[in-house]
Amino acid sequence: MGLEILIVDDEVEFAEAFAERLRLRGFTAHIANSGEQALGIVDQGAVKVMVLDLKMPGMDGLEVLRRVKKSHPEVEVIILSGHGSEMDDAYGRNLGAFAYLRKPADIGDILEAVKRAEKLLASRAV
Amino acid sequence: MMEKHYYTSLTRNMTLIVIVVSFTPLILIAGLIGYYFETSYREKVMQHLHELVEKHQQLINSFLDEKLSYIKVLADSYTYDELTDESFLQNKLVILQNAYSGVFVDLGVVNSAGVQISYAGSLKLLNADYSKAEWFREAIKRDYYLTDVFLGIRRTPHFIISVKKRRGDTEWLLRATIDFVAFNSLVEQIHIGETGSAFIVNSAGELQTRPATELAPNITSLLSRTSWARMGAAESAKPVASSIEEVKTSSSGSNAASGIIKSQNRNIIYILMPLKSGEWTLVYQQDQADAFSEINRARVIALAIFTFGCLAIVLVALFISQKVVGHIQKADLEKEMMNEQVIEAGKLASIGELAAGIAHEINNPVAIMVEEAGWMGDLLEEEELQESENVDEFRRSLKQISLQGVRCKEITHKLLSFARKTDPVHHQVQVNDTIEEILSICKERSKFSNIRVQTELDQYLPLISASPTELQQVFMNLINNAIDAIGSGGGLLEIRSRVDGDKVVVDIADTGYGISKNVMARIFDPFFTTKPVGKGTGLGLSICYGIIKKLGGNLTVDSSVGLGTTFHVNIPIHAETS
Repeated sequence: MGLEILIVDDEVEFAEAFAERLRLRGFTAHIANSGEQALGIVDQGAVKVMVLDLKMPGMDGLEVLRRVKKSHPEVEVIILSGHGSEMDDAYGRNLGAFAYLRKPADIGDILEAVKRAEKLLASRAV
Repeated sequence: MMEKHYYTSLTRNMTLIVIVVSFTPLILIAGLIGYYFETSYREKVMQHLHELVEKHQQLINSFLDEKLSYIKVLADSYTYDELTDESFLQNKLVILQNAYSGVFVDLGVVNSAGVQISYAGSLKLLNADYSKAEWFREAIKRDYYLTDVFLGIRRTPHFIISVKKRRGDTEWLLRATIDFVAFNSLVEQIHIGETGSAFIVNSAGELQTRPATELAPNITSLLSRTSWARMGAAESAKPVASSIEEVKTSSSGSNAASGIIKSQNRNIIYILMPLKSGEWTLVYQQDQADAFSEINRARVIALAIFTFGCLAIVLVALFISQKVVGHIQKADLEKEMMNEQVIEAGKLASIGELAAGIAHEINNPVAIMVEEAGWMGDLLEEEELQESENVDEFRRSLKQISLQGVRCKEITHKLLSFARKTDPVHHQVQVNDTIEEILSICKERSKFSNIRVQTELDQYLPLISASPTELQQVFMNLINNAIDAIGSGGGLLEIRSRVDGDKVVVDIADTGYGISKNVMARIFDPFFTTKPVGKGTGLGLSICYGIIKKLGGNLTVDSSVGLGTTFHVNIPIHAETS
């Protein structure tokens, strides 16, 4: 059983492909296509790392980040967004995201961030 | 662009308005005051002359009356016998001469036959026969008589006062000769200015005194204008000479006549007054130019002041309107430039928003493409596909997809950073450090292109407040552009930093191929590039421009084709915190 990762993105195809690639690399990947759905999954308690898109219809990424950090501060959130100014916003407000990556991101960069998060989680568990 | 013609006509109109507005009251006031002043001054002068002549008229009249009355008194006081006694007569002459030195030349008693039977005086005129003399014929008819000036027997100018007395049946005359010189001096006293003089003429226009100045021609025609002399002179003065052109005549009753006549290009003022009950006329004449010399001088001065004033007004009007129009022209130019800048800024802003939208919309599909390609790549690694003969071809193709995806990402990221509205945090930045940093990054590239890099950095450069990453972006872009402009042929890249007033200025000069004029006009436009397709996004310089403008600074270019280009980055030391 690999690290439980939740991919939050309104672009279904992107989420699916990304999830498959993570699964191939031994992670357990879940998909949420909206903010509400994502919060529901996080509430189940299995998710350790969240890869979050910022611009989504309905509840947007910043709101999801804020709520997750409130209810489940142990979950590490990696922001993966295509939009520059919202990325700046998230960074500027210091909402506690673990890393910021820009779409389209190289799988290697994402894996590196995930691995760092995993290490952090492991150190916290000890 | 406003035409030059517009400013010239503006200058001309302003000048004309100033001149007209200043000249009109000046001319009106000068004319009005000049007219009234001149008129009243002329009247004053004429009045003054009148009074003067009148005073002398009275003086001469009283002189004559006085002398006549003495002779009368003499004739009344003494008998014929006493007066015919020469020693007695001599005695009386001496008394008279003592009282009025030089006036009485001699005394004599003439009988009705015209023979001087008694005489006292310096000349030997005893028994002189006056029976043929005109004066005697006149004198014998009247109680008393004053002759005109004549030469007489003694051949010197003189005139005679005679009083007729009766003794029995015969009449006799007491006669006194009045010296011309003494009489003349009375009139000669009237001498005003250079040409003003007086003289006396009889009714025939013959001179009775010596005029001190040149005579006005044709006295007789003047005399014909007077009421007192008209009768006697009527015959001789009938043809009024055409050479006399009357300018102005005024007559105050029967006492005087005055006016101005034109003669030989001179205007002559004349005043005529009757003497001796109109038998003689006291004539005063003066050149108008002389009489009114004061006013002429005043007129010259006023004219000079007026001319200088007008000249000054014209010059000042020209000067002021040119200066004002210069200012207007400058202001127009500045306004125009401001408008251009506003348009430019607006254009950049709207393009920026558009670019941000496009970038974001493209990022998602590109992300999916890259992800799918990655997924395919992952799948290719599975063993059953390794056998396929085209597996390498697949790999190359997928690699190409992700490579192009990265290229898309680069473009969109540049677009996003160009459009970024929110300011990244400002710090105090040493521009020199930023330049050094960028140069160290570009060192390899410049070495590869045979480019010599020269820096001349002001070590006392003050810190400025800016975002370090933005500044890096600016210098990175400008230095990269300079290296690109020089090309592989090699050249010189010079970077200078200095303080100019309240600004930090960085000059980045290359010896590249320069920028042509039509390229220069669009150099800061987004998406404008001269680089080959795929090499440049056309955003570099517009991003730099935006960043420097945001700092309150300015980015300018000097370039000449074939010689090189210099970019000047101006950043204010104390940026306004907006």
